[in-house]
Amino acid sequence: MSEARPLGGRVFTLTFSICLIISGIALYFTAKRFIFGIGSVANLNDGYPWGIWIAYDVVVGTAFACGGYVMALLVYVINKGEYHPLVRPALLASMFGYTLAGVSVFLDIGRYFHAYNLYLPWQMNFHSVMFEVAMCIGTYILVLWLEFAPTFTEKWKLEKYRKFLDKIIFALIGLGVLLPTMHQSSLGTMMLMAGFKLDPLWHSSTLPLLFLFTAVIMGFAMVVFEATIASRVYGLGNETEMLAKISRIMSWVLGFFLVIRLQNVFMRGEMGHAFSGSFLGNMFLIENFLLIIGFVILTFLRNNLTPRLLFIAAIAILVGGSLFRFNTYIIGYDPGTGWKYFPSVGEQMITYGLIAMEIAAYTLFVKYFPVFSAHDPAVSTK
Amino acid sequence: MKIKRRDFLKGAAGSMALLALDRQDAQARTVQALPPEALGILYDSTLCVGCNACMTACKKANNMPPDFTDGQDIWDQPIDLSPNTLNVIKKFTNGTGETKDAEINGHAFIKRQCLHCIDPSCVTACPVSALTKDKNTGIVSYNKNNCIGCRYCQVACPYNIPKFDFNRVYPEIVKCQLCDHLIAEGKYPACCSVCPTGASLFGRVSDLIVETRRRQQMVPGEMYDFPVTSIDSDTTHKYTAPEYVPHVYGKEELGGTQVMYMSAVGFDKFGLPAYPKESFVSMSSGIQYAIYKGMVYPLVVLAGLVFMVKKNKQQEDEKSIEKKHDKKEACHE
Repeated sequence: MSEARPLGGRVFTLTFSICLIISGIALYFTAKRFIFGIGSVANLNDGYPWGIWIAYDVVVGTAFACGGYVMALLVYVINKGEYHPLVRPALLASMFGYTLAGVSVFLDIGRYFHAYNLYLPWQMNFHSVMFEVAMCIGTYILVLWLEFAPTFTEKWKLEKYRKFLDKIIFALIGLGVLLPTMHQSSLGTMMLMAGFKLDPLWHSSTLPLLFLFTAVIMGFAMVVFEATIASRVYGLGNETEMLAKISRIMSWVLGFFLVIRLQNVFMRGEMGHAFSGSFLGNMFLIENFLLIIGFVILTFLRNNLTPRLLFIAAIAILVGGSLFRFNTYIIGYDPGTGWKYFPSVGEQMITYGLIAMEIAAYTLFVKYFPVFSAHDPAVSTK
Repeated sequence: MKIKRRDFLKGAAGSMALLALDRQDAQARTVQALPPEALGILYDSTLCVGCNACMTACKKANNMPPDFTDGQDIWDQPIDLSPNTLNVIKKFTNGTGETKDAEINGHAFIKRQCLHCIDPSCVTACPVSALTKDKNTGIVSYNKNNCIGCRYCQVACPYNIPKFDFNRVYPEIVKCQLCDHLIAEGKYPACCSVCPTGASLFGRVSDLIVETRRRQQMVPGEMYDFPVTSIDSDTTHKYTAPEYVPHVYGKEELGGTQVMYMSAVGFDKFGLPAYPKESFVSMSSGIQYAIYKGMVYPLVVLAGLVFMVKKNKQQEDEKSIEKKHDKKEACHE
């Protein structure tokens, strides 16, 4: 199974150093947040209790980190073994994406010392969507590390653990597909409760399904995005052929998403609102325009797909999908009574820091651990 | 392989159909019923003179610090509900503001506080049961020892009631708990016991609802008795009946609330939104229930996933072993 090899090479590259600096700044603001309170760093208020720490770090961040989920689904459940080389890099990114989402939750919740209440059976509220999301994400982070663990056992030649892992890995992979299916859709259910506070362009009972779909397409788009960048940066050879095949699946899922999304807005009579020229109407149009660009490239140009076009499609989908999630959690959310929210510098820096840490850890890991497969013999490491 | 893929797609289609069906389930979920001994407050805007005695009493009874808003740190002057203020009297004015309870050139007061919903969003939202609704009194209370500070209750509350002091290092959620500590001692909520006019009237919700009907049937301009402090108190005041708007706010909004408002000006003037009868809770938890009831569906899906992964993984491992053998035999490269 393992033809993957560590890439090796210099660790302290320019990218790595920049990432470390940004992470350092974020650590400063993190310390400030814990010493002086959330208000000393963030612009959160009683009208907007959730800001970018939830909307980006958790809601968008975990969708970006769905690469591991969709690749596991594709390779192990739908049995498309040919995509195997893409699994590990995707898992690695997912692992960091989810772990840092988990970390950011601890920055965001106000009473972190009481978080253990989530694990006291008599305190659990099974009716709460938040409870389900918290449980699923917490468990999934653990599952991701275990799913990725064979990489460690290979690197350090831990034969005993490797054999044990081999025996249970199928159960882990199964869980690794179930858990994101559950909590990614629940992230949509979560905002149903916001009721009138969420603009009707986003408040719809299809939210759970739409969130699940965006998780899948953004997961695939992230795989394409990462693979394209990684193959450029590390000179891994051209993966366009494999990625083009994935893009075919993406175009189907995205097509379904767009049909459901637009039909739902039509049915509820909100299309007029979308084209009214209002700020929210325009946000809706931008969001869907980006996704449609991605869809058009993947569907109608599929026979002439160059790496550049594929990359553009992936970015359009990532940005459009993120905007959909941002709109649902912050931009389309208005509690009334004149509350306003825009993330402060400190708040943004913490988010940038988390992204920087993710990139730094990723680049470090691919050099030390067997993540990438040299599937293209022309560029196999010498 | 082809068949397997089709099976998978079938399963996927099935679960999607399930999601579509949930909408009916959501509607079928009945709104929670009013607890038999439910306690509440009837606030009559026409009786309120805006003396703010209830606000002072509330602060005292709940040990809440003052809110300074005018730059001079002398008077407690909250402009709205805040992490320090559980109860606030707000004023609507129009034009000259001369006439009380008139929509044009008039003014009117409104009391804002937790309405103690019959089907409270915050209680359903809270992942750790820090917010609970009492089975008998229906009072929605908060326990900071369980709260993790996720603030989903703030997102979920349709009336924007729960507050959270973001400037504190380790804050807690703050909202009216109907002075349940005083009720336990046989007393009345502070705001009702000090209200001089009976604008804030405490009582059983069932009695309060009867009272709203009595008031709505009053002939405007005639004299009537209005109880003070509590619906069953002996003290009453005589007032001329105002011309109420034909709507009691909170009687049906989102499944109903235990704190209700009566007024002579439209409730939209106070910024109170017009809500349907069905709560947002029943919509979202309907979907949640249908998918996760007893964890049956997730477990079935998990079993299917594990089975398929195991099968595919075995095939793959066998293949890779064969491949290695081939490589060795061919000795190529």
